[in-house]
Amino acid sequence: MHHDEQAEEHSQALNETLPAGGDNFVSLADLLPGQSGTVLRLSGGRGFVGRMAALGFTPGAEVTMVRNPGRGPVIVSVLDTSVALGRGQASRVHVRPKG
Amino acid sequence: MHQQGAPRPSLVQEKGEKILSIALAGQPNVGKSTVFNLLTGLNQHVGNWPGKTVERREGVFEHHGERIHLVDLPGTYCLTAASPEEMIARDYIVQNRPDVVMVVINAASLERNLYLVAELLALPSPIVIGLNMMDVAEQEGVLVDPQKLAAAIGVPVIPMVASKNRGVHDFLDAALKVAHEGLPQEPSRPEIRADHRDVLKAIEALLGEWVPAPYPADWVALKVLEGDTEITARMKAVTPPDIWARVESLLRQHEDALIAVAGGRYAWIRRVTQGALIKAHLGHVTLTQRLDAWATHPLWGLVVLAAVLAVVFGLTYAVGGPLQSWVERHIVGALAKGAARLLQNGPVWLSGLVVDGILGGVGTLISFLPILAIFFATMGFLEDVGYMARAAYIMDRFMHALGLHGKSFMPLFLGFGCNVPAIMGTRIIESHPSRLLTILLAPLVPCTARLAVLTVLAHALFPQKALLVTVSLTALPLLVLAGVGAFAQRFVFKGDQAAFIMEMPLYHQPNWRTIGIGIWQRLVAFLRKAATVILAVSVIIWALSTLPYGEIETSLLAAVGRFLEPVGALMGLEWRQVVAILTSFVAKENAVATLGVLYGAGESAEALSVVLPSHFTVASGLAFLVAEMLFIPCVATVVVIRQETGSWKWALGEIAFLALLAFLGGTITYQLVRLWPI
Repeated sequence: MHHDEQAEEHSQALNETLPAGGDNFVSLADLLPGQSGTVLRLSGGRGFVGRMAALGFTPGAEVTMVRNPGRGPVIVSVLDTSVALGRGQASRVHVRPKG
Repeated sequence: MHQQGAPRPSLVQEKGEKILSIALAGQPNVGKSTVFNLLTGLNQHVGNWPGKTVERREGVFEHHGERIHLVDLPGTYCLTAASPEEMIARDYIVQNRPDVVMVVINAASLERNLYLVAELLALPSPIVIGLNMMDVAEQEGVLVDPQKLAAAIGVPVIPMVASKNRGVHDFLDAALKVAHEGLPQEPSRPEIRADHRDVLKAIEALLGEWVPAPYPADWVALKVLEGDTEITARMKAVTPPDIWARVESLLRQHEDALIAVAGGRYAWIRRVTQGALIKAHLGHVTLTQRLDAWATHPLWGLVVLAAVLAVVFGLTYAVGGPLQSWVERHIVGALAKGAARLLQNGPVWLSGLVVDGILGGVGTLISFLPILAIFFATMGFLEDVGYMARAAYIMDRFMHALGLHGKSFMPLFLGFGCNVPAIMGTRIIESHPSRLLTILLAPLVPCTARLAVLTVLAHALFPQKALLVTVSLTALPLLVLAGVGAFAQRFVFKGDQAAFIMEMPLYHQPNWRTIGIGIWQRLVAFLRKAATVILAVSVIIWALSTLPYGEIETSLLAAVGRFLEPVGALMGLEWRQVVAILTSFVAKENAVATLGVLYGAGESAEALSVVLPSHFTVASGLAFLVAEMLFIPCVATVVVIRQETGSWKWALGEIAFLALLAFLGGTITYQLVRLWPI
């Protein structure tokens, strides 16, 4: 899991306040409406990671769940924009929830 | 490398006079089309990028006595090789080196929009930034200082409200200044994250001398490190194997480089926006939040969508229907009468050719226009105000099961009105496999004309059970659509083609000019492509049904019907019924008209219900309706499938597929009902 370790390292470099190490992450699809988190890593092919990065989903980015009806796609706010993500796509984004 | 997008010499060099070449770039939902329309007016040419089904818009206009060739690049979030749009945008800049690239960005989501700017700064053409939607940003509590941003990036930044035509000409003036004088300073460019700087240098050193012109070596090295499939494949082909092996071993040690590159871009974005961007925390709830509380709610969202669709179809029937019959009566009807009178002393075949063949085709063509205009207007409006993304979000969970994208819903639903705008409307679907599947499934949505045929024949053949027959035969093609979609999702388009990643733009006021130009361009595109084919098919069918003796019973078409009788027999159909299905290729209504002519009943519903039952059994009647509902769409739809998929291969494949489906459906129905009579 070389790829993920690097991403983890990077997210810490970007956000000093994160506790070191800790595997305290959930999938983005698990955030409740109104809940925020910090992106830790994206798992998936280059196409997926590239598209998500261009929309603002990179390690260290702050995200807030706007709509999560429990099934079907979710709406997430990132960099002042709302982005709709399929549940499959959202579950491939690992976040450290706030609070 | 790619030669696509080479400028047409006639446009760039007119009488040896230099013409400035400008490209317009920007992410989706930034108001780029509005800027393009304001700059070029109606002097624009719409076509496709060579070999692609991506719209290419360009225009030539004058500004301060200078001639300018403006190309509208596809709206993209970044410049990877992930989609044809992104490749077109970057290849155009690399290959054609426009004198300047005008980048439109949305002030309300400045940081995300600067990601594309970060990518463009790595390409050779100088850029000028148009900071659009300043008014929307202010409403959202986002304040941007254009001067500070310009100083930080090192390129001109012009504040604009394009929807109110504010600042657009300053934007152009700034672009012209840069085109003539170059940038005032070397711009600040993003750098890759520190831990990847050495490997990037190493790759550039290895590849540098092999990079073909006109590609910039540093950009190629960055793209190879990013894992860009297109550039990597191209470089592998031109680099000696021993050197490429060394590059590959470096790449293997840095498989996460894409995140490092993106991280570097966002670090640059934070640097240049520092001090230039102020986000006020607004106490009040914004317009978008208020509307979305309803529009994206899992339950209320469906209600809102149903209301929107009701309005769209209400408009179509209230305005489109009467307009259509008015056009048919007063324009096509008058023309036909005039032509018949003019030719009454000429040979019979000539008036037949003109009135039935040519004017019949013209009538078919014209009768499309009112309904198309209304659908293009409503689609354009919903897209421009930002509602389309909400509809897609609400419907995604249902469409996903069919291997389709949420954005496939709107176009498919419009298919109930007419398949032509449905297929032209699939342009809003970004994912190309998903768009192709939507286009190919669209003809299975029964259009108004097909439903009219179904209603008339169900009443004539099954007067007691007309409603049941109509409802179940409307449902049948939709069930087939769902089945084929689910099958294609699992076995043909394997993988996650329906990946749903979609920006939800802020709601904003529509720009009527952009919507109007969109309607006009689509109507012209349809007429240009469809006119000749519809006329030709109409004339051919007329000729086949008339030659050689002037009677349909003894015509070539009848001979074709008789030739196909063994196939028809499996569905319990005789040649006249086969011919009726075949003639529905011109327009679906022809199925009824042909039956009327061949059985000597005329077209009135009463006469049909007297004559037809004696020629059909329950089994063959149902088989006929099943075949008619699944049969290939009308010629206009086929032409549009060809246009939107970019190849006859798909259009002809679709014809073969639906013809087979109609035959199988008809045969199964006939044989089953014969075995187990209802």
